[in-house]
Amino acid sequence: MASEIPDNSVGLVKPLSHRFDSSITLQSGAKLPGFELVYETYGRLNEERNNAVLICHALSGHHHAAGYHTREDTKPGWWDNCIGPGKPIDTDHFYVLSLNNLGGCHGTTGPTSINPDTGEIYGPTFPTVTVKDWVQTQHMLAQTLGIDKFAAVIGGSLGGMQAMQWTIDYPDRVAHALLIACTPKLSAQNIAFNEIARFAISSDPEFNGGHYQTRGVNPERGLGLARMVGHVTYLSDDAMGDRFGRELKSGDIALGQDVEFQVESYLHYQGETFSKLFDANTYILMTRALDYFDPAREFNDDLVRALANAKAKFLVASFTSDWRFAPERSDTIVDALIAAGKDVISTTIESTFGHDSFLLPIPRYFGVLHAYMGRIARERDL
Amino acid sequence: MREDLRIIANLIKRDARVLDLGCGSGELLEHLAHAKNILGYGIENDADEIAACIQRGINVVEHDLNEGLQRFTDKSFDMVVMTETLQAIDSPHQLLDEMLRIGEECIVTFPNFGYWGHRVRMLTSGNVPVSQPIPHRWFDTPNIRPCTFLDFEQLCEEKDLRVIQRLVFSSSYKTGSLMKRFPNLFGAIAFYRLGRAL
Repeated sequence: MASEIPDNSVGLVKPLSHRFDSSITLQSGAKLPGFELVYETYGRLNEERNNAVLICHALSGHHHAAGYHTREDTKPGWWDNCIGPGKPIDTDHFYVLSLNNLGGCHGTTGPTSINPDTGEIYGPTFPTVTVKDWVQTQHMLAQTLGIDKFAAVIGGSLGGMQAMQWTIDYPDRVAHALLIACTPKLSAQNIAFNEIARFAISSDPEFNGGHYQTRGVNPERGLGLARMVGHVTYLSDDAMGDRFGRELKSGDIALGQDVEFQVESYLHYQGETFSKLFDANTYILMTRALDYFDPAREFNDDLVRALANAKAKFLVASFTSDWRFAPERSDTIVDALIAAGKDVISTTIESTFGHDSFLLPIPRYFGVLHAYMGRIARERDL
Repeated sequence: MREDLRIIANLIKRDARVLDLGCGSGELLEHLAHAKNILGYGIENDADEIAACIQRGINVVEHDLNEGLQRFTDKSFDMVVMTETLQAIDSPHQLLDEMLRIGEECIVTFPNFGYWGHRVRMLTSGNVPVSQPIPHRWFDTPNIRPCTFLDFEQLCEEKDLRVIQRLVFSSSYKTGSLMKRFPNLFGAIAFYRLGRAL
């Protein structure tokens, strides 16, 4: 609401977009005949062009990280608590770039876009995209904006993987990488949960092998179920217990009712809302990108060698109750960085909120981000 | 500058890889970076100290030393330093092994519980000593493994750890001839540089 946009918000923002007309070859070998990236920026790029920060989004994220699109918006961008004047990623100092990754469903070219070669919607024929592809296209976008080197590339979860890939693929173009609730690769259990999500989607009769859009239907039940499963893995047992306990919707047990416990109705709500806003093919693509991520693989499974050429300084933060990407996974990254002789600061934040912690304004976590970003600002006299 | 930092800096080669166990706010690593261009990492588990390291831009890993150092590979550091922390470790004997597994050498300092002042206090008042290097009372002290020069050297001998150098200091890191002759009685701070057995 108009009068309610707080002072420490970046305020009203407008999504921008850049069209790349030449084709690019993706990691899979597939060629994409041009594409469009939707993005937002907050703050101002200074004359030295040394205050740019890239925000990489996670599985279901997008370009709208901070501020409001209209005065009527009820909710700000997905990381608004962290980006803005005086916030940990302080837009008084930094120029923040946030984009919707290739294959996304929020305006960037993806499965819901038209394939110019055929004139038809890509749907399931949209090529496989990887973290490496995202980093390549993020770099292309940065160049169009006159950013040669990022002061920091920041991401949580899948976003952290992009930040890590940046330091490997473009070592001279990133000064600091902030990897939050991240992992150097998915575990079998992680992949299993992703496969349950994908199977839920493809089992929906409306999925039609991914050609649902052309048939005017949407596999909402499947996508909703995928989100419900995913959501459980983002929270912790304690977090769910604290929030819902065994609270009943009606206040008393009514055997045989459909939705009995509060947590059930919460999950259904999450699934339903998400399935109306997100594209099923994109969800499949993004979970695949998670599964494939493993930068050590092309270095004989040696993460130390994979990170050997990195020139960035690292902040690695994890959360005690995160069982999806547990602190031990972050430790693996930290240990590899130390073995490779890289500068790294690593913290494990006490939190009961599970993997989702990386999106929450946990005081110690935000204190760490604030201090680290403050140091980056001081290094640059921002 | 703190005297112990100067002394440690003198013992560290230029460009060395240094691990500082219980690095606090990163003062030693910052000094070593300037004085000796080292590549240093600190281990710390106190949130406020870690915050101070972040402010300083000092490499720090949040980790509890009582969980051991298994995550670090053999001989991955030139020097592993642990100042005035040994007495607060669950299994100091195992940690010493670990320090010399991952480091070529290590420096260990700790308050000498055999210092004459403590002995007098024990004898006269009968209380567990409280002093500047060990400022806590018995029930809330982190110093759960009090030891003396004598105790430590006995352990080194049992474990076949090589004492390369021993220094004796007052609580303000001054030295004197009396404490050099009778370290266990007149030394407040024990300072050891250790290596693996030859």
